[in-house]
Order: sequence, then structure tokens, then C-alpha cells
Amino acid sequence: MTDRLTPGIVAGRRDARELVEAFADLHPPLTAHEARVAADRCYFCHDAPCVTACPTSIDIPQFIREISTGATRAAAKTIFDQNILGGMCARVCPTETLCEEACVREAAEGEPVQIGRLQRFATDAQMATGAQLNSRSALTGKRVAVVGAGPAGLACAHRLAVHGHDVTLYDAKNKAGGLNEFGIAAYKTVGGFAQAEIDWLLSIGGITLETGKRLGDGLSLEQLQAEFDAVFLGIGLGGVNALRAEGEELGGVLPAVEFIADLRQADDLSTLPVGRNVVVIGGGMTAVDAAVQSKLLGAETVTIAYRRGREAMSASEWEQDLATAKGVTIRHWAQPVRITGNGAAAEVEFEYTRSGANGLEGTGEIFRLPADQVFTAIGQTLNDTPEGLALEGGKIKIDGEGRTSVSSIWAGGDCATGGDDLTVTAVAEGRDAAESIHRTFG
Amino acid sequence: MADLSNDFIGIKSPNPFWLASAPPTDKEYNVRRAFEAGWGGVVWKTLGLDPHIVNVNGPRYGAVWGADRRLLGLNNIELITDRPLRVNLDEIKVVKRDYPDRAVVVSLMVPCEEECWKGILPQVEETGADGIELNFGCPHGMSERGMGSAVGQVPDYIEMVTRWCKANTRMPVIVKLTPNITDIRYPARAAKAGGADAVSLINTVSSITSVNLDSFSPEPTIDGKGSHGGYCGPAVKPIALNMVAEIARDAETAGLPISGIGGITNWRDAAEFIALGAGNVQVCTAAMTYGFRVVGEMISGLKLWMEEKGHETLADFEGRAVPNVTDWQFLNLNYVTKARIDQDLCIKCGRCYAVCEDTSHQAISMAGPNGERRFEVIDEECVACNLCVNVCPVEGCITMEELATGAVDLRTGETVKPDHGDWTTHPNNPSRVAAE
Ligand SMILES: Cc1cc2nc3c(=O)[nH]c(=O)nc-3n(C[C@H](O)[C@H](O)[C@H](O)COP(=O)(O)OP(=O)(O)OC[C@H]3O[C@@H](n4cnc5c(N)ncnc54)[C@H](O)[C@@H]3O)c2cc1C
Ligand SMILES: Cc1cc2nc3c(=O)[nH]c(=O)nc-3n(C[C@H](O)[C@H](O)[C@H](O)COP(=O)(O)O)c2cc1C
Ligand code: SF4
Repeated sequence: MTDRLTPGIVAGRRDARELVEAFADLHPPLTAHEARVAADRCYFCHDAPCVTACPTSIDIPQFIREISTGATRAAAKTIFDQNILGGMCARVCPTETLCEEACVREAAEGEPVQIGRLQRFATDAQMATGAQLNSRSALTGKRVAVVGAGPAGLACAHRLAVHGHDVTLYDAKNKAGGLNEFGIAAYKTVGGFAQAEIDWLLSIGGITLETGKRLGDGLSLEQLQAEFDAVFLGIGLGGVNALRAEGEELGGVLPAVEFIADLRQADDLSTLPVGRNVVVIGGGMTAVDAAVQSKLLGAETVTIAYRRGREAMSASEWEQDLATAKGVTIRHWAQPVRITGNGAAAEVEFEYTRSGANGLEGTGEIFRLPADQVFTAIGQTLNDTPEGLALEGGKIKIDGEGRTSVSSIWAGGDCATGGDDLTVTAVAEGRDAAESIHRTFG
Repeated sequence: MADLSNDFIGIKSPNPFWLASAPPTDKEYNVRRAFEAGWGGVVWKTLGLDPHIVNVNGPRYGAVWGADRRLLGLNNIELITDRPLRVNLDEIKVVKRDYPDRAVVVSLMVPCEEECWKGILPQVEETGADGIELNFGCPHGMSERGMGSAVGQVPDYIEMVTRWCKANTRMPVIVKLTPNITDIRYPARAAKAGGADAVSLINTVSSITSVNLDSFSPEPTIDGKGSHGGYCGPAVKPIALNMVAEIARDAETAGLPISGIGGITNWRDAAEFIALGAGNVQVCTAAMTYGFRVVGEMISGLKLWMEEKGHETLADFEGRAVPNVTDWQFLNLNYVTKARIDQDLCIKCGRCYAVCEDTSHQAISMAGPNGERRFEVIDEECVACNLCVNVCPVEGCITMEELATGAVDLRTGETVKPDHGDWTTHPNNPSRVAAE
């Protein structure tokens, strides 16, 4: 029988029933009564700090007040007017570092209004009806190419469609959604929500989705510029940083995002192989997600190793606590030196680190962790860098409204400069670029 | 040890908490449970003449809730007891026999004819009950038949019926007043004139709790229709407190014993009623919301507070707040306060700013010196209205601080005077009395 102690990378460490429980909704939906009670806690702040903290500037006190009076549809409209992916954001936003961190009740009692779950309550209710609350303005005849059907591209396409423009939405993959579909932790978006949301979003009309079309591979920027009135690039970060440590070519060593994508696409998690001893290298949300999901799949030990201290990790404190609560060990101040093993990884050798006069330095002291699977989560990079566009810090350079160095080309989301690499930021940038494009159409 | 025992117009009970005449006191079964739970007394559900009335067979109650379904107000379209008179009288008799130390008062409502009262009073007396309460309060159902608030709204009738009762029984007579009038002092004076031993108030307030927006009928809805009901519970407490105070400080009724009723939910509410002149209190909605066990907290809380304050008996604080209830014209206009915001307690919600800016006197500034969210009072504008205090979600964060004598009120530019000065002598008052 296969279980957590079975050596190597194997499937079926836990049975299907256990897996269903393990991967259940992280923040289950609020019932109507719970939502009323939660909504009642909102103070309806003046110039509310939660709104300022939301990258899409949703009028949070307004929608919460609408929920509290039973006007859930009005609440959904308040949300969707600012953020058409309000359903996904309600599930995946690190609210603990955004709206809920800013909530005055966090300052007052350490217990913010449950903004994320309230947002989910309102958006779920509306999406369950299948109806959108927006309709398209009179058609303009303008045509826009949106490349990348992740949150940035989807938000951009939707807003353009609302303004009456026609959109062709290209994506290299065979499915739309970007990291909503291939990246976000499974327990944050259960029940096929990502695809359901896309179907709902596209029902606005005027958006033609073309999957399996990669920019740089039979599709060029010049072509798009010639064919369309404007182009928006929301191609995310398709590449990954290399570990640059000895042994990274060994079997069992792979980028965390690949493991996560496989996991998200697996129909039956009991067929997904995972190591007995898993080591994840990195300190962001990707590292946490890979680690937690390995643990949930049934790995015996899972360790996140990060080369700096706790505060420097880009995964929020809440995410770190989630990881440790699920049984993941987090080791700070450790950098990988080499991965050893006979053909396949067996052990990772680490050196302790500290912050010295000239930045991070190794202490010379070494420790080893057994590892039959090693995930690298040390950052993603821009892939398929489109020619002719100015870059900055490895990303497409944009201004405040998403314009690139080339007129008629806009960009937003992870592939572009500015903002955190978050779903909600991608949505905000996609939306704002659509408004900018719309303005140039006069 | 604080002593909660109560003597109300000669009716003794181990504590001042009585159940008001209502469903909790409708039957022997309920009243026994109430006494076992610790209630000091009951006013039995109002008795009437046979044939007994009938109630609706649909919903009788409507409610107003807070967000967590906390019941804030209850309304009912129930009538007086719907059981035969004999059944009630027999039960009253055995209960009183079994609980001699508890107060058992019988509420009555019969037609406005002396014969009717003459007929029922000896029957009540025979039960051994401690007293009667005349229900001149019910605003629905009975009033259409010339009883309840139909009597209570006409002072002459109150006086007349009270007099009949006093003439035909040795039992103490409490007159229960309806709040559905313009000035509570008139019915209270009438009760006193008729010889009442006490008044009790308030009965329920005429009300419609809500309208069903699908069927367009008031709640509670009976076959598509609704009728006004009587409102009670925490929502009516302020109305009741004021009415109690009005009677307590009226020269004509001063000293008339009062049984305080209306929204009493905990010991604090009870203490407030007693401080405003009530000799004891009656409770209905709190029991109907939480069951009889609520009296436990009322007893322990009141005791604790009395001990902390050094009040040994209820009499020690009964009526203590009455002299401090005055008319607006006598309030000291030389008492000047300013709102103060405790920056350490402030959670920066900005509600004080929003309401002062939009609806009051633009007396709160929002930005600190470095543009941060910092809320401060502008003394030049603050009229001390207290709205910021009322809307601030943090207790104690905004307070009203008195300006000391000699300090300058930056709004008026005037120096705070040491002496009392009120509207009666104010120069803007056309009918002021000359200050000598
Ligand atoms: C593992 C993981 C977990 C995460 N968890 C969270 C979370 O919980 N909360 C949160 O807020 N954020 C999270 N993020 C970040 C978030 O997913 C991203 O910030 C967000 O998806 C960025 O959106 P985007 O539209 O810019 O890019 P993407 O979502 O990456 O979408 C880009 C799309 O462009 C397509 N594409 C790429 N190149 C081409 C090309 N040449 N031609 C055509 N199409 C192309 C891709 O197929 C993809 O569909 C997570 C990220 C990862 C990797
Ligand atoms: C369902 C119900 C029935 C009532 N019936 C009577 C009654 O028969 N006689 C009476 O004098 N008052 C009656 N009342 C009024 C109560 O005795 C009491 O005066 C009123 O509810 C205010 O007190 P509270 O706020 O504690 O409920 C009734 C109240 C309720 C809720
Ligand atoms: S900060 Fe919190 S309390 Fe204030 S409006 Fe936002 S959610 Fe409501």
C-alpha cells in the first residue's frame, strides 16, 4: 500500500476521500445570515482605508451596506463595476495585506471586517444567476487584440467589450484563465470556478477567444498592429528563474509552477505523484502553495527553505501561518548549495546565511535535508519578450495608464512594470488600460 | 449585603422584578416556572368577562431585529386572556397559596360599566391575590370594544373606573397607563384623582413593525391583511423612561407610586427606572425573548451594583435621578464643553468627520500635519452637540470635556462664567425675567 512513508515520487499517498477533504474550500462561503452579521461589523468609514488599499478601488463600505440590507445584487454591481473578476479576487486576494489589513477594525481589535468573504457572498450570488450586470454600449466598430487570457487580459477585454469595442483574445495555452487556471492554489478556487468565471465573463459578448495562439509563434506584434486598432499585452511571466545550484538537472527537481499547473489540471488528485520528502526553495506565494499542496497530497515531510528572514518573505504572514498549520516546516536563513543523488534527487545541501555588511552572506555552516522532490520557486520571468518594446527591470515598461513605449500597444499585469504581482493588480491594470485605449478612440 | 426586597404599595416581594401582564403570566404552569426561576412577582395576564375573547389563529407577533437577529422590538396583536374567567381565578388561587412570599397582582379589563367591575372584583379578592391592575393600555382589539386604551386615552374614564374599583375592593389598585396619548401626566393625574394606589407604565405603543414588500401587507400578516399592534421591548425603553420621569416630577402626581415598565432587559435598565422614581419594575419582552432565566442576571447585577455603590436597599436610590430631570429652559447655558478625541484610542474610521462635516458644524478636521488620517476637533467650530461621541464606534474615544471657569470658548470668544445662566434670563429670550 502506498502511503506517506512510501519512498520516491509516487501517486496515491492518500485516498480520494481524504484528498477531497484536504483540498476543500479554504474560506467556505458565508451563509446569508453569517453575511448579515459580518456586514454589520462594517463602520461605513469616511474615505475608507479599505478602499484605498484595494488595487481595484472597490467601494467596499457601499457593497457591504448593500449586503446588510439584503440588496445583494446591488452589492455585486458595486463590486463588478470596479473589478469584473471580483469573484476570483474574493477567493485569492491576500486580503490580510490589502483591504483587511487597512480595515479600521483590524487596528481596533485585530479582527477586520471579513471583506473577502463578503465580496464572495455577493459575487457568488450574482454569478449563480448566470446574468451579468453590465451590457455593451453601442458598437463602435473598433477592434482590439488582447494577448494573454489571464486576469489582466480578461479584465481588459471585458471593459473594452462593455464600451462597444470588439476584442480578439489570444492565449498560447489551450485554456483561458492564465494563473487563475494554472497557478492559484486548488483550495482557493474549488469546483471549477476559474472556468465558470471565464464563461460568465465572456457572456458579455463581443470577445472572440482564440486559444492555442502564441505571440511569437505564428502571431507577431506587427501583424496585430496592422490588423487591429490597438493591442494589449497581458502575457504574464512565462519563464522561471534558474536555481544555479549544482544538481538542478537531477530527476525530481522542477519549477514549482509546473507542479502546481499539473495539480490544477489533474482530474483525480490521487493519480498525481508527489515525493515523500519535499523541499521547496523560495519565499513567495508560489513556494507556499507548492509546499502546502505537496503536504495535502500526502508527502511525509515538506520544508520551505528561504535564504532570508521571515519578514523578508513575500508570502504574507498569514500564508506562512497557513503553511505551518498544514504541517510544512519553514527554514529561514538557508541557501541551497547543491542537490545530490544518483540520477534523481535524494538530498539538498544548504548553507546557513546571515545578513552581513555587504548584504546576504553564507556562514559556511552546512546542513542537509532528505529530498526526493525539489521545487524551485525563486521567481518568474518574462518569456517571449516582444521585440521593439522598452523594458525595465525585466518587464515591459508602461506608464500610469498602461501605455508601452509603442503607441497603439498597451500592457498590464505581471508582464508589465508597476504594482505587485497579484491577481487583483492584474485586473486593475487590464481595466485601466482598456479605459486608456477607449479614450484614444475618442 | 444589598437587600433587594421590595414593598410596593404594601405588596411585598423578594425582589423588584415582576413579570408584566402578558403571555408569560397567562397560566399557572408559566407562573410556577417564573417563580421557580426567581421572579419576585407577576401581574397575571389580563382577565375579562366571559364569554372569553378569541385570538387570531395566524401569527400574533412582529419584530424588529438587529443584524444578528437580536430582537430590538416586538409587537403583538394579541388580546387579553382567551381562557374562561373561572379557570384563571382557580389557578391564581393555588399559585398564590403555594407562593405566599411572591406578589400576585391580577390585571383586569371589563366593560366601562360599574356593574361589570362590581361583579369581578369580589371574585378576584377571593383568590387571595395581592392587588389588581387596571389595564387601560392595550392599543388594539380591546380598544375597539370601548376598553383598554379607549379608556386610558380619556382621563375622565380613568378617574371614574378607578373610583369604582376603590369603592368596591379592599385590594390595592394599580392603574396601567397607555403611552398612546400626547401627555402622560393627564391620565396619571386622573388615576390619582380616582384614588389609585399606583400607576404602572407603559403598556405597548401602537405600531406597525414592517411591511411585506411582496404582499404589501403589514407584518404580522393574517391572510393578506395586518392590523396595528402594540410595540414593546428594548426599542420602547426611552419612551417609557421619559413618561415615568414626567409623572415622578409632576407636582400633582409626585409621590404617586410607579411600577416601571417598558423595554427592561437587564439590571441596568431596572436601576434606571427605579432611579427615575419607579418603586419596582415589570418585564415582558425580555422574558419572551430569553425565557425566565434572565431574572438571574437582573438580580445578581442589581445586587452587585448596589453593593459597589453602597446602596443597602432599593429605597436608597429610588427616585434619586428625579430632581435632575428638569425643563430645557433651566439648563445651564454657562456650562461649556468641547469634544476631545483620544488619539491613542482613535481607530481612524472617520465617522465623526463625515457626520460633523455633512450634518453638523464642520468642527472636525481630517488631515494631520503630514497629511495622515488624523481627526481633531476644531474648538472654534465645536458646539458640543455630542454627535461625534454618539457615532464613534470606540467607547471612550471621544469625550465631552468641560471648559473651566475663566477659559475662553474659542467659538464664541466668551469667557466661561462661574455662575448659572439659563434661558429664563437670556437676553435673546423676549419673555426673560430680569436678572436681579
Ligand atoms: C503559484 C502561484 C500562486 C499564486 N497565488 C496567488 C494568490 O493566491 N493571490 C493572488 O492575488 N495572486 C497569486 N498569484 C499571482 C497571480 O496569479 C498573478 O499575479 C496573475 O495571474 C497575473 O495575471 P496576468 O494576467 O498578468 O498573467 P497570467 O495569469 O500569468 O496570464 C498570462 C496569460 O498569458 C498567456 N501567454 C503568455 N505568453 C503568451 C504569448 N506569447 N502569447 C499568447 N499568450 C501568452 C498565458 O498562457 C496566460 O494565460 C500566484 C501566482 C502563482 C505563480
Ligand atoms: C404578547 C403580549 C401580550 C400582552 N398582553 C397584555 C395584557 O394582556 N395586559 C396588559 O396589561 N399588558 C399586556 N402586554 C403589555 C406588557 O405587559 C408590557 O406593558 C409591555 O410589553 C412593555 O413591557 P416590555 O417592554 O418589557 O415588553 C402584552 C405584551 C405582549 C408582548
Ligand atoms: S475599513 Fe473596515 S470598517 Fe471601515 S469601511 Fe472598510 S471594511 Fe468597513
